[in-house]
Amino acid sequence: MDRADLLSLYRDMLLIRRFEEKSAEMYALAKIAGFLHLYIGEEAIAVGALAALRPDDYVISGYRDHGYCLARGSDPGQVMAELFGRITGLCKGKGGSMHLVDLPRRFMGGYAIVGGHIPLATGLAFATKYQKLDLVTVCFFGEGAVPSGQAHEAFNLAALWKLPVIFVCENNRYGMGTPAERAIALYADVAGTARSYGIEAERIDGMDVLAVRSMMRKVVDQVRANQAPYFLEAMTYRYMGHSMADPAHGHYRTKEEVEEHRKQDPLLSLKRTILSHNLGTEADFKQLERDISQVVTAAIKFAEESPFPGPSDLHDDVLAKE
Amino acid sequence: MVVSYREALNQAMREEMRRDSRIFLIGEEVGYYQGAFKVSKGFVEEFGPQRVIDTPITEAGFTGLAIGAAMAGLHPIVELMTFNFGILALDQIVNNAAKLHYMSGGQLSAPLVIRGPGSAAHQLAAQHSQSLEAWFCHVPGLKVIAPATPHDAKGLLKSAIREINPVIFIEAQLLYATKGEVGEGEYTIPIGVAEVKRAGDDLTLVAYSKMLLLALSAAEQLSRDGIDVEVVDPRTLKPLDLQTIVSSVKKTGRLVIVEEGWPFCGLGAQIAESVYSAAFDYLDAPILRVTGEDVPMPYSRPLEDAAIPDQLRVIAAVKSVCASR
Repeated sequence: MDRADLLSLYRDMLLIRRFEEKSAEMYALAKIAGFLHLYIGEEAIAVGALAALRPDDYVISGYRDHGYCLARGSDPGQVMAELFGRITGLCKGKGGSMHLVDLPRRFMGGYAIVGGHIPLATGLAFATKYQKLDLVTVCFFGEGAVPSGQAHEAFNLAALWKLPVIFVCENNRYGMGTPAERAIALYADVAGTARSYGIEAERIDGMDVLAVRSMMRKVVDQVRANQAPYFLEAMTYRYMGHSMADPAHGHYRTKEEVEEHRKQDPLLSLKRTILSHNLGTEADFKQLERDISQVVTAAIKFAEESPFPGPSDLHDDVLAKE
Repeated sequence: MVVSYREALNQAMREEMRRDSRIFLIGEEVGYYQGAFKVSKGFVEEFGPQRVIDTPITEAGFTGLAIGAAMAGLHPIVELMTFNFGILALDQIVNNAAKLHYMSGGQLSAPLVIRGPGSAAHQLAAQHSQSLEAWFCHVPGLKVIAPATPHDAKGLLKSAIREINPVIFIEAQLLYATKGEVGEGEYTIPIGVAEVKRAGDDLTLVAYSKMLLLALSAAEQLSRDGIDVEVVDPRTLKPLDLQTIVSSVKKTGRLVIVEEGWPFCGLGAQIAESVYSAAFDYLDAPILRVTGEDVPMPYSRPLEDAAIPDQLRVIAAVKSVCASR
C-alpha cells in the first residue's frame, strides 16, 4: 500500500463529497434549480472504477453524474458553473446537473431517461472495435435501469457482438423510492440478469474504493484484451434522497437504515485503513479538507461570477455546423 | 440512366460506402437477406458483415447503438424495416440523437441517417401503414427528407450520408419499384431545397413523397380542363424551403397541399401557416389541404382507398380553390 496513492484516492472521494454537500446548500439557496441528484455515499464506485481507466477510454452514465465527471478530472469550476446554468459551464449552461459532458475527458454524458444511455454505451464500444482501437467503454447506471427494455436490448447486443463495454450497475437498493425487491425479478442477484445473456458478471462491495479499483483493473484488462462485455454489480447506498426534491430518507426507508449504512462510509473506511497502517495522520486529513474546501469555494466563486447565457445563445448548437 | 427508386438508393449508399470507411449499414435483414425491400442488394457481398450488419428485432437497441457509434466518429446508416417500427426507437431518436449536440453545448454530435419506408403500401392495415413524418419534423435537431423520384432519392441520400446532423430519410414501399432518370456520374442534391416539378400559373400544388406522383397525374388531368397547375416538391420537409413555395404562391395566388398523413397537426397545417404568414396578401382563396383521413388505416380495400388521398379528391380540391375568390 502506497501512502500517496491512498491519500490521492481519498482526496478524489472527498472532492465529490464536499462538492455535493456544497451543491445541496446552493440548491437550498436557489442558486441551483431543476433536478439535482446527489451521489453522496457512492463515491467509492466513481473514484475506484475510473482510476482503472486510460484517459482515452469512454465513460457514460445516467443522470446522477457529478461524481464521474469530477473523478474523470473535469474542472470543478466548470461543473459548478453548469449547475448554476452559466455560460462558462461544461455545456454552456444548456445541460445542467443531469447532462454533464466533458468530451476532452471522454466523459460522453449524463442521460436522464432511465436505461436510455445503455444502448449508446454499446455504440461507443462498437465504434472502438470497428476502428480497431484497444479502448473500453464504461457505462454506469443504477439498478433501477436494469429491468428496462433498452438495458436488455443493449445487454443482448453487447454479448452477441462481443463489444468491449463494462456495465457498472450501482445497486443503491432503491429506484427513487421503490426497493429493488419490488422492481427486479432477480433482485437478490442483479448481476444474474447479465449472466443470462452470457455476460460475465460479478457482485462487488461498492463502498470499498480499493476493492472497486482492484476488481476494475482486472475487468478492464480482460475487456481490453478479449473485446467482450463485463457486468459489475457494485453494492452501495445513497445517503440523500433520490433528488433534492426528496427528504433524505422519506417514507420508503427509515432514518435508522440510513444511519446503519453510513457506518460503511467509503471515506471513513479508507481513512481508517490509512491511519491503521500509519500511512497518514490526522494532520494529513485536515490538510486535505482545507485543500478541497478551497477548491470547492473557488468553484462556487467561479460559477457565481460567471455570466448567464444571453438570448443570442438560445438557438446556438441546435444543429451542428460544418 | 433510368433506374428504380430502390436502385437509386442502393447506388447512393454503395458510392458513399466505397468513399468512406466510417459509413456502415445496420438494421434488420440488411445483410444476407439483402434488405427487407432489397435496397441493400449485394452489400454484404461487397462490404462484408463488418459494415453491413444484421440486427435482432430491437429498434431501440440498434438505433441507440448507432447513435453511440456516431458520437465516437462513425457514420451509421440505420435501416428501419419500416418507420412504423421506428416508434420503438423514438426515445433514442428524440432524446438522444436530436438533442446531444444542444445538451452538450456543442461538444457531441450524431451524424447518422435513419432511413426506411413510411406511409401506406397495399392493405397492410393499421400498424404497418402510417405517415409519421410530422412527428420527426416537430423535433428540433433533426433534418427530415422525403424524396419522391429516383433522382432525388439518390442525390439527397448522398447528402444525408455526408450530413453532420441526424437525418430522418423517409422512403415509401410503393415508390421502390417506380423508375426514373438519375443523373450520370457523381452528384448530390442539397438538403433544404425544394423543386418545381411542373410549372403552371393557376394554382400551386405542394406534395412530397408518394403524393407527388398523385399531384403530377392530377395536374395532367386538370390541364385538360384548362387549369394550369404548378407542382412544388419540398423534397426536404425540415428545414423546409419556404421560399420556393412562397414564390410559387405569389405567382399563382392559390395553394393546395397534398399529404398522406393524418390531418390534425399534419405537415400541411405547418406549410399553410407558413404561407399565410409570408404571403397572405397574395392569396386569392383560402388554402386547402388534402390529407389522409383521421382514422387508423383499415385493412379492407375500399376502406383503405377511402382513407388515402386520391386523384378525385385532389382534383376536387383544386377546382374548389380555383372557383372561390
